[in-house]
Amino acid sequence: MMFPVDHALIIAAFLFSIGLLIVITKRNTILVLLGIELLLNASNLNLVAFNQLRPGTLDGQMFVLFVIIVAVCEAAVGLAIVLQVYQYFQTSIPDSVSEIKE
Amino acid sequence: MKLVDFLFYFFGTLAVSSALMLAIVRHVFYGALLLIVCLLALAGIYVLAFAEFVAITQILIYAGGILVVIIFGIMLTTRSEKPLLVEHTNVFAGVFVALASFGGLVFLLNNESFRLADPFSGSTTLSHVNTIGVSLMTTYMLPFEVSGILLLMALVGAAVIASTIKRKA
Repeated sequence: MMFPVDHALIIAAFLFSIGLLIVITKRNTILVLLGIELLLNASNLNLVAFNQLRPGTLDGQMFVLFVIIVAVCEAAVGLAIVLQVYQYFQTSIPDSVSEIKE
Repeated sequence: MKLVDFLFYFFGTLAVSSALMLAIVRHVFYGALLLIVCLLALAGIYVLAFAEFVAITQILIYAGGILVVIIFGIMLTTRSEKPLLVEHTNVFAGVFVALASFGGLVFLLNNESFRLADPFSGSTTLSHVNTIGVSLMTTYMLPFEVSGILLLMALVGAAVIASTIKRKA
């Protein structure tokens, strides 16, 4: 079986661009977090695809596992911050959170 | 067209279209569900790339863990009964940046050709899971332990940040 590495890389590039678009355009913190998850997944797809170019090694797949662990940490801490900001400012629009004083 | 190619392009189209819908949709909850679809499609691609353990981890942790936490977050930040709709801002700049990055990446990818050197030599081993388990305990010992500590720190930190106990000043 020939895994089409080129096409996987193009899919990953598309997912990365869409993630960038979501991070820039959405006016909701949770959707921005979803966009960041999409960016991380695009990089994961790249790692898995490049791992196919080196048969017999598993370095790319191991890297994907560690990227997933870091993504879990990021999601947990990010959502905790979103909840706390929502309790304080009563909004989840990132633009309207622009002060830090009590 | 072989079945494997058909599955690859099926999952690829699914991932791309659900990501595109995620960029368009204004409903936060639908956004989370579309992200689940995208992640499951990516897990299918991982299976086709002989990365079964990564695919299982993707389904368990992303679709089962992160998305549940995100849906909790959506439910806790929705105040009224009507669904939470999101406005878009900086649409022109966002589309411009996305198109520029996609065009640049495709241009760079066209200059190189990534082909499998020998399609019959690759990935004929039986159990990647066994190899991954052994190498997690030998070659990748230090990153494994460090990521465990990172997870502990992140979970404790998230619990502390999100706790609503008001301390007396």
